[in-house]
Amino acid sequence: MKRGIVLLLIVLLVSMVAFGQGSKDKASAADAVLKVGVIYISPPGDMGYSYMHDQGTIAMEQHFGDKVEVIRMEDIPENESSERVMENLIDAGCKIIFANSYNYQQYMQNVAKRHPNVYFEHCSGYLDNPNMSNYFGRMYQMRYLSGMIAARMSASGKIGYVGAYNTPEVVRGINAFTLGVRAINPKATVTVVWTNTWFDPSLERQGAIALLDQGCDVIAQHQDTTEPAKAAVERGKYAIGYNADFGKIVGDERVLVSPMWNWGNYMIPTIQSVLDGTWKSQSYWGGLEDEMIHLSPISPLVPADMVKAVEAKQQEMHDKKWDVFWGEIRDNTGAVRQKSGEKMSDEAMLTIDWFVEGVIGSVY
Amino acid sequence: MNAIDFSTRLLAATLAMGTSLTYATLGEVYTEKSGVLNLGMEGTMLLGALAGFATAFKTGNLLFALIMAMGVGGALSLIHAFLCVTMRANQVVSGLAITMFGSGLANFLGQRLGPASNRYNLTGMNLSSKFSNIAIPYLADIPIVGALFDVSILTYGLYLLVPFAWFFLYKTRHGMVIRAVGENPRTAAAMGISVSRVRYLYTLIGGMFAGLGGACLSLSFIPSWNDGMTGGKGWIVIALVIFSAWNPARVVIGTLVFGGITSLQFSIQAAGFKLMVPAQFLGFSPYLITLLVLTAMTIIAKKRKGAFASPAALATAFAIDDK
Repeated sequence: MKRGIVLLLIVLLVSMVAFGQGSKDKASAADAVLKVGVIYISPPGDMGYSYMHDQGTIAMEQHFGDKVEVIRMEDIPENESSERVMENLIDAGCKIIFANSYNYQQYMQNVAKRHPNVYFEHCSGYLDNPNMSNYFGRMYQMRYLSGMIAARMSASGKIGYVGAYNTPEVVRGINAFTLGVRAINPKATVTVVWTNTWFDPSLERQGAIALLDQGCDVIAQHQDTTEPAKAAVERGKYAIGYNADFGKIVGDERVLVSPMWNWGNYMIPTIQSVLDGTWKSQSYWGGLEDEMIHLSPISPLVPADMVKAVEAKQQEMHDKKWDVFWGEIRDNTGAVRQKSGEKMSDEAMLTIDWFVEGVIGSVY
Repeated sequence: MNAIDFSTRLLAATLAMGTSLTYATLGEVYTEKSGVLNLGMEGTMLLGALAGFATAFKTGNLLFALIMAMGVGGALSLIHAFLCVTMRANQVVSGLAITMFGSGLANFLGQRLGPASNRYNLTGMNLSSKFSNIAIPYLADIPIVGALFDVSILTYGLYLLVPFAWFFLYKTRHGMVIRAVGENPRTAAAMGISVSRVRYLYTLIGGMFAGLGGACLSLSFIPSWNDGMTGGKGWIVIALVIFSAWNPARVVIGTLVFGGITSLQFSIQAAGFKLMVPAQFLGFSPYLITLLVLTAMTIIAKKRKGAFASPAALATAFAIDDK
C-alpha cells in the first residue's frame, strides 16, 4: 500500500523531470552528459546492501564529474511496477540503467527488449540480452577469510550465522564461511538461523540473540542491517559484518572484520565503456583480481599471525593458485559431494542448495 | 543447554520483543473500546520510534525522548480522531492514510534530523544511553520466571499498566462510559455523555501508547533508527486486539503467543533442533492462530450472547442528530 503510493509519486516525479528536460534543452548539449539510472531495492540508508551500491554510484559520479548525471530510484519493489520505473528513467533520458536486486531481472529483460538503444546492467541475476549484462562478485572468497578469523577468535567453537533467505547466494556464503572456520578449527560449528527477510532490524536482532543464548560467541550475518552485529557486541561477544565496514558503523573493535563490496570498480569501467562506445553484453562474476570485493580493516583484537594467514590465503586466491570450493567437500550429513582434486564449477556454485560439513541447520 | 535455561531465555527474548507490541496493543484496545478503529498503528509506531530516537540522540535524555514519542504518536492520532469523529470519515480509509502518512513522514524526517556529516543522517547513529535491563536481586535468579524480573523499565511499566487497563475498563465508572460509547453511542449520548469527547480522548491515548510502543524499539530493543524498522508490527497489533477479544488482560496472552512463536522459531533453529515444520510456517502461524481464535470466538459468541464480541459500534461514525 505504502509502496504503491510512493511509486505513484516517483512515477509522477520522473515524468515531471522528463517533461521539464524536454522543454528546456532541446538543442543544447544534452548528449554530452550521460544520464545514468540507478534502481535500489532498499533505501541506501540501510547501511548495508543498497548503501554499498550507493557508495559505488558516488565513486562513479566523482570519477566522471560533469560527464554523467545520475537519477536514483530508491526502495523500488521487485514487481512489474519496476518496469514502469525503468520506462520512466528511459523517458527521462537515461542511456544506461543499473538495478541492484535479483528479482528485477525478468522485468529488466522485458524493458531491454523494448529499448535496444539503452544499456541495462543487472546485479546478482543470470538473465541477459544483447543490450543487458548481469554482474556480481565472488563474495564467498571474503566469507572464507572472515570465517578463518571467526574460528580463531571463538573460544567455544560455536559460531552463529544469521541468514536472510535460503537462496544459492546466501547458502554459498555460509558454506564458504564454514570452510574457512573449519580450516582453522576443524571441530568448530556454524549454526544457521533463517529470518526470511533481507531487512527487518528486530527480526535480525532476535535471530542473533537466539544464537547468543545458545552459546555462540561469534555472530556472522547475511542481512542488510547492523543489528546482528550490534546484538553480539552488546553482550561482549564478537561479530563479523557484511556489506559495509561494520567496525566503523557500530564503533566497536569486537566487530572483527567485514567482507565488503566495491561496486564502483564495476560501475566505473562500465560507464567508461559506454562513453567510449565499446559496451558489450556480458555475464560478469568479478573476484579479488578486480577488487570487486575486499575485507574491511581487521580489528586490532585479532592476533597478527592470524592477519598474516588471512593475507596469505587472499594472495593465493588472487593469484588463482587456490580457491574456496576446490578439493574434497562433504555435506553436513557426511556424504562426499565433491572428490579431492575436483574444482566446483561456477554453475554448481551459483545453484548450490546444500550445506557443507560443520553447518548446523538445513537449507529447507 | 537444558530445558530450563532454554525456556528462561526464550521467555526473556519474548518479553524484549513483546514489550513494544503490548504497549501499542493496549493503546488500540482503549481506542477500539470507544468505538474508533485506528488502522494507523504502523505509521504511528514508526513516527514514535523516530521521535524517540531523534530526541534521545539530540538531548541524551531518555525520559524526554519517551515524552516526545508519546506526544508525536498522540498528535498523529488526533488527525485520525478529527477525520473520524468530527468529520465522520470512513475509519478504515483514514487509518490507512495515517499509516502511509506516518511512515512517509518518519522516513522523510529520519533523513533530516541527524547530523549533516552522516550522509544517511539518523540511520547508523548510536545512542549514548538506552533503556537497559534492570535485574531485581534474588527474583531474577529463579528459573524461568526469573526472566520476568530482568527486563527494562519499559517492560516493568507494563506490569502496572496492563492490570490497570483491565481494572479501569471493567471496574470503574469511567471505564463503563468508554464501553458504552463503543457499544451504543446513542444510549450513551442520551445519558448525557459526550461521545465525541470520549472518542477523541481515547484515540489520543491510543496514539500515545502506539508512539511509546515504537519508542520501545528505538530506545531499548534496537537502539537505532532505520526506515521501516517496525517491520509490520503495527499490523500485528490490529490482529492482537482481535486475538485478545478487546480485553486488556488477554492482550498479555496474545503478545506472549505472538512474540513467543517468533522467538521460538529462532531458538529452535539456534539450538540445532530439526524443525518438524519449516521456519516459514512458524513465521506466519500467529496469523493462522488469529484466524482460528476468531472462528472459535464467533462460534462461542453465538451460544453465549455477548461473549468475545467486538464493541458493537466499532468503526461507525456517530452524530447526535443521526436518525
